[in-house]
Amino acid sequence: MRDSRRYRIAIHLAALAVSLVILAPFAWLIIASLSSQADLLKIPLSWIPSNLSFSRYSQIFSSASGTIFANFRASLVNSLIVASTTVVISMTVGVFGAYAFARLRFRGQRATLLLFLSTYMVPPIALVIPLYLIMVRLSLLNTRIGLIIVYCTFATPFVLWIMGNYFQTIPRELEDAARIDGCTRIGALFRVVLPLARPGLLSTMLFAFLIAWDEFLYALIFTSTTAAKTIPVAIAEFTGRYTTDFGLQAAGGILAAIPPVLIAVVFQRYIVGGLASGAVKG
Amino acid sequence: MPGEQKRTTRRGFITTTATASMGLYLAACGGSSSSSSSAGGASSSAATSSAAATSSASGPVTLNNLFQQQAGYSAADLAGMTKLFEQANPNIKVNNTLVAYEALHDKIVAAAPAGTYDVVLGDCIWPAEFGSKGIVQDISSEVKTLPTSQIFPGALVMADYKNKYYGMPWILDTKYMYANGSMLKKAGVSPSSLTTWDGVVTALKQIKAKGLVKYPWLGSWSQAEAVVCDYAQLLGAFGGKFLDASGKPAFQSGGGLKALEFMKMMLDQGLADPASTSSLEEDVLKAFAQGKIAMNLNWTFQLAASLDPKQSQVSKDNVMILRTPAGTAGGPAPGCNGGQPVMITHGTKHPKEAWEFVKFITSQNVQNQYVADSLPIWSASYDDPAVIKKAGKQLVSVAKTQLPNMILRPQVANYNAASQALQVQIQDALLGKKSPQDALNSAASAFSSQGPPA
Amino acid sequence: MTDTTAQLPPAGTGRPPTPRAGGTSWRARTREGRFALALLAPSIIVVFGIVVYPILKTLYTSLFAVDTPFGGHFPWVGLDNYKFALQQSDFWSAILRTAYFTFLSTGFELVFGMGIALLLYAPLRGRWLFRTIVVLPWALPTIVNGAMWRYFFNAQYGVVNAALTQLGISSSYHAFLSSPFAALNIVVWADVWKNTSLVAFFLLAGLTTIPRDLYEAARVDGYGRWGSFVHITLPLLRPVIVVVLVLRTIEAFKVFDIIYVMTGGGPANGTQSIAFYTYQRAFSDEYFGYGSALAYLIVVFIMVLAIIYIRLLRSDNYGMA
Repeated sequence: MRDSRRYRIAIHLAALAVSLVILAPFAWLIIASLSSQADLLKIPLSWIPSNLSFSRYSQIFSSASGTIFANFRASLVNSLIVASTTVVISMTVGVFGAYAFARLRFRGQRATLLLFLSTYMVPPIALVIPLYLIMVRLSLLNTRIGLIIVYCTFATPFVLWIMGNYFQTIPRELEDAARIDGCTRIGALFRVVLPLARPGLLSTMLFAFLIAWDEFLYALIFTSTTAAKTIPVAIAEFTGRYTTDFGLQAAGGILAAIPPVLIAVVFQRYIVGGLASGAVKG
Repeated sequence: MPGEQKRTTRRGFITTTATASMGLYLAACGGSSSSSSSAGGASSSAATSSAAATSSASGPVTLNNLFQQQAGYSAADLAGMTKLFEQANPNIKVNNTLVAYEALHDKIVAAAPAGTYDVVLGDCIWPAEFGSKGIVQDISSEVKTLPTSQIFPGALVMADYKNKYYGMPWILDTKYMYANGSMLKKAGVSPSSLTTWDGVVTALKQIKAKGLVKYPWLGSWSQAEAVVCDYAQLLGAFGGKFLDASGKPAFQSGGGLKALEFMKMMLDQGLADPASTSSLEEDVLKAFAQGKIAMNLNWTFQLAASLDPKQSQVSKDNVMILRTPAGTAGGPAPGCNGGQPVMITHGTKHPKEAWEFVKFITSQNVQNQYVADSLPIWSASYDDPAVIKKAGKQLVSVAKTQLPNMILRPQVANYNAASQALQVQIQDALLGKKSPQDALNSAASAFSSQGPPA
Repeated sequence: MTDTTAQLPPAGTGRPPTPRAGGTSWRARTREGRFALALLAPSIIVVFGIVVYPILKTLYTSLFAVDTPFGGHFPWVGLDNYKFALQQSDFWSAILRTAYFTFLSTGFELVFGMGIALLLYAPLRGRWLFRTIVVLPWALPTIVNGAMWRYFFNAQYGVVNAALTQLGISSSYHAFLSSPFAALNIVVWADVWKNTSLVAFFLLAGLTTIPRDLYEAARVDGYGRWGSFVHITLPLLRPVIVVVLVLRTIEAFKVFDIIYVMTGGGPANGTQSIAFYTYQRAFSDEYFGYGSALAYLIVVFIMVLAIIYIRLLRSDNYGMA
């Protein structure tokens, strides 16, 4: 075995250190969500508060409609729908385009890619008002579809860029072999390239999901009711004009983190599952 | 040949893009040109009469309004008021959207060309900006139909810009002075000495000398509107002015200069916690409620929070709410005006119904029913026993004397930019990077500076 | 379908085929061109269908003195808005701050991300647990992330202060977020904490495409772990690194959300990124023409950065980089 004992200890220690840096804030987030306001303000701070209460969570889950808590529940659903649909559309559309960039040669190729990438470079603030007008004209204001359409406009260049580069790292011989066997280009794309690109595909999907999940400015301006409000907006409303119950934001944050974590957990095995053996190359 | 291929793909590419975008462009463009023609006269007086113009529908009307989450009035209060309104006006339906305060300004601006909202809640520092840009309507004629003499002048002035009313005051708020009664007692300070700022400084020194707390005062002097509010109070107390008669900055000398020097002095002498420059109202409340400071300025919300045993460690008897101090004995002691007016947007299709709604929720009758969360704009209410009972005697008695004396931050169309500059300069002075005089001079030039072409 | 592609490239490089002496036939290339168009058409519609109007409108707005959100006729100022921006010291301070933020956060994310990717790839016990943990910061909404770190560093009751004093490292509570420079670094940290795991997963996906036999061969040649990392892993990961670098740079240069939540640009504009500066000028001050000009200046800066990266770290990828 090439892995010496020292190596194994070293990597486990490193992993432990990283885990601590990641988990410590989360631990405190959870504690904050379960502590009373008074406990959080005590000096010296007691690390495990005296009274733990799940009242904030029960408030979130059981409050009547019209409250900020009910809004939060609705926003969870909205965010899930918007983010998933954005991923589906942008990945579908982007994968085809990425294949074109990676495998085909055509005039204006570099310029086109740069054009797509430059739409990704424009800060959202620049486009808010004209976009708002478009949303109004198309009656897409305060709708999930409106948000999805807007999110796809920056998720797609992102997918194009990443998947385009990723496809290039996949050796052509495999595709060529498939095509010699009678496959069409598209067939080769589906049968050969995509399965090989699975780790990259899944990483891109996770990344794209996050872009949509996290997006704040457009959601803030374009949505106003539970019909389309997403999580960042709902959590932002937990703050009063002058006061914030951080415990409530923490509770909201924890709940909001659960769906992405679940998704990542399910997919993470596929991200590394594919080519670890390296059987393909060589 | 390469040329042909170039033509094919490029042409195809251009065609597809052009077709796809043309459709959307036309859809959006067609709309915006109509809004541009209607907004062409936005800043002109054409807008003034539109509120009076009839657009009443014979059928049911729906009002879409924008309010604030957790404003002085709670969401439940607003819902209650709205329900009463709908009962009194069966042909008008009202939908209220509530957003966080930070988002309020941006949503009003973004929605303006589209006319999404009919009635919007704003901050007292926005009527100048919104009025001059035609985002909200001039409703002077409507407001004058009300018995305005019965409204606190300090309330009405928040919606006044160049002698026109661009809204109606709805939420009234000012910063009071809070004190921890037990600390005062232990240091031998009598509350009557706290009517001037000198008296306050003496008291703070006494408390500090007694070792009760390290820093007896905490200011909300973070780089935010909050520091301008505290500064405004001091400026008014020392007899200063933000703008002179011709509208030019006057705060860099006289009372304005004294105010900033006073704030710096409090930090230098260890009376105000150095953390003041990163604290907001919320932090100040928490410090008070934990018994970590002796005195501070804050909005009305601190009272309820300090009396709530779940949030506060200060016992009820020791929570004192007082008038803000004056600069000199017997001199002015204004509180910073922090109210919020309701305004009618320019793009509303139902200005008449919108006015009915505004009139209703600002009426004495309705406001008196919801005093637990925000005090009325009508002076007579403060003598009403029912109001006193609901709002609490302690608050009503001090509010009655404080609310008639408020100082409004300057109503200039570029207030946001000017305030930002002022905030940065005040911070620089408090952090010791500049002298107060230099800081205010820089801020004054920002107030009157040209700004970008726009 | 007859294939007109030329000889196969050297194994394992994924390079596009080098053309034959006579060049590929134009008919084939036209077909390829049309095919490319068909593949790209949906992307074009999805992206440009919606944003081409706003992008053009904003560009158009930047040439006028626009101070209301309404349409209408405004005075033409040509490039004056741009000139004004370039003359403002506030503008350049914001650019410098943003550059600092970008390089620092991207640099840390790349370095830490690389380290974590290696760990994720390594034979750990309970690998799935470690992977789940690494995903967590990514899953937390930026809004909550910003509020969380602001809370942790609070001057009166923050966790960091509590830890420092209770561990005896510090004698009193510090107002970390009161100092402009410290606040900027704290924002960098909050950004790094959240985004490193993403970078790690991307690099991990890249790591998995490197055949293990290369490492075996390197070992035989006498390379240690560090040696094979530097001579095998890094070069082969270069394309992935460029991609991640370009993306994170774009994101960091546009940084807005976390500043909105954590510091609102303060203290004393210490955390005012160029996008936040633009937001303040365009929305809070309602200088829409100026704000539009600023937005396009941002695009120019980002594009220059992106092109620099791509050239500096260019692999021999035709067409993409």
